[in-house]
Amino acid sequence: MEIAVISGKGGTGKSSVSAAFATLNKKVILADCDVDAGNLYLLFDPSVEEEEVYIAGHKAVIDYSKCTNCQICKDYCRFDAISLNNNKIVISEISCDGCFLCSRICLENAIKMIPNDKSRMYSGSFRNGKMVYGRLAPGEENSGKLVNMVRNKAKILSEKFNLKTIIIDGPPGIGCPVISSITGVDKVVIVTEPTISGLHDMQRALDIVHKFSLKAYVIINKYDLNSSMSSEIQKWCKTHGVIVAGKLVFDRNMIEAMVHGKSITEYNPELKISIKMIKILNKILNH
Amino acid sequence: MIKIAIASGKGGTGKTFISTNLFHTLSKNNNYRVTIVDCDAEAPNAVAFFESEIVRETEVTQQVPVINTDICTFCGKCHEYCNYNAIFILPPMKIIEVIEDLCHDCGACRVACKFGAITEKSVSLGQVTTFAVNGKPSLIEARINIGVMSPVTVIKSAIRQIDNQSDIAILDSPPGTSCPFVQTSASADYVILVTEPTPFGLSDLKQSVETLRIINKPFGVIINRAGLGNDSVKEYLNSENITLLLEIPFNKKIAVLYSNGKLVSEANEKFSEQLLSVFETIFKDHGNSSN
Repeated sequence: MEIAVISGKGGTGKSSVSAAFATLNKKVILADCDVDAGNLYLLFDPSVEEEEVYIAGHKAVIDYSKCTNCQICKDYCRFDAISLNNNKIVISEISCDGCFLCSRICLENAIKMIPNDKSRMYSGSFRNGKMVYGRLAPGEENSGKLVNMVRNKAKILSEKFNLKTIIIDGPPGIGCPVISSITGVDKVVIVTEPTISGLHDMQRALDIVHKFSLKAYVIINKYDLNSSMSSEIQKWCKTHGVIVAGKLVFDRNMIEAMVHGKSITEYNPELKISIKMIKILNKILNH
Repeated sequence: MIKIAIASGKGGTGKTFISTNLFHTLSKNNNYRVTIVDCDAEAPNAVAFFESEIVRETEVTQQVPVINTDICTFCGKCHEYCNYNAIFILPPMKIIEVIEDLCHDCGACRVACKFGAITEKSVSLGQVTTFAVNGKPSLIEARINIGVMSPVTVIKSAIRQIDNQSDIAILDSPPGTSCPFVQTSASADYVILVTEPTPFGLSDLKQSVETLRIINKPFGVIINRAGLGNDSVKEYLNSENITLLLEIPFNKKIAVLYSNGKLVSEANEKFSEQLLSVFETIFKDHGNSSN
């Protein structure tokens, strides 16, 4: 079973919920699909058993010994990446999309496409199973392809080690990396918080989940920071047929657990919030 | 004009909180014409903090290829030119399809086709909406449609719509350190990184710093929810010699105001003054850029 944890809005507690999921009794495969700003490695300090290079597209580079300044490439580039600066053709690394068109149409063969090969995927063991995570190099396009690579690896490990449950910690937002994180999973958990932004972004996240006809469960985190907003979220979910799996209070122990490199349930299973967390997660697992 | 991007690697650290309150603080001061651009096109929220009305809405589109199968010879050249796997072709079966979701609007397939079988059509990616706050058109929102893969085109379009007459533009950036963040930061003169004093906050802050150093943008840091977590963020800033612009202590009252879509700078004059002084510090050193 694959369970993905997403939120729309960042910072609602996705990774804390994923970490708790990953440390319930049964051993699991944990896939950190927030390849742009993943953090679960901080809690689980996984061993690196395999490392793979991920090519995050290409960048066009000019060979000035061949460039005749004809500017044809400039006219063809739709990303405004090519400009004339002091009578010299310049390609902006930030704007270049890596489409190869300039390198194909250049009459002098003066444009080379260089692969962005700084991104990595890692897999290894952590204290409750196997873990796969990606590291997108700074500024690279977060296209979801690295997310697919992480998920594929997670599936391979799942079969190899006969660990049936895959927990996917997703990125914020609703774009390509989120779509890649949720396509084909069995259950999607949406972690929200009782703020106007939390409600709005949860609705956007649910739109994307429903577009792919997936089953969603909402967890309202830090619900007591604004109880009336929490009720509003619950009411909204009820009228739209969305299951609210449970509510969690704001508890500083959640941050203390993180500081100690543990999930909340590992940090102190006796805490009220840990007991509640376990109850909610089991409810989602067994629903 | 000075453009200031408010960004953070980790989500939920308070980007929109800082952006909206800074906008409110600077707008109160009648010396400045201020624009706020909500660049978090996947999950835009800034507009919820203001009484506003829509002034203008523009559709952001991209071109995608349309293949005329009567003319197409199934030679496969367009498929070969497409670096995004957006053209699916089975020559023996005479099948060719465009997968519009994967198309990046680069135009390579049209160049590839020597038979004139490819034309283009527009498809919507999202909207850029300008709102009037207190009667002044000063809030620009980027919003992608559900299912659109990349927010970058819509973000760029929103930034282009900033009125030249503005003195200050505040860019509320999307989270992360990849393309959408870089596009937003690249068009700014200065970047304020908002973080929280936790291990997750620190890890993502380090990545943001690394990225901003690569693209050579000046930046400073605001620590939000100070008092939670530990001191490792401050130690990091000290060791890297990074400017700490402001610390905002964790305070349930702030959290509750924000959750209701209220501006803290309206209720708390001291906070407003602190933001103003952060702005003035930045403006003194970076206000004369021509970005």
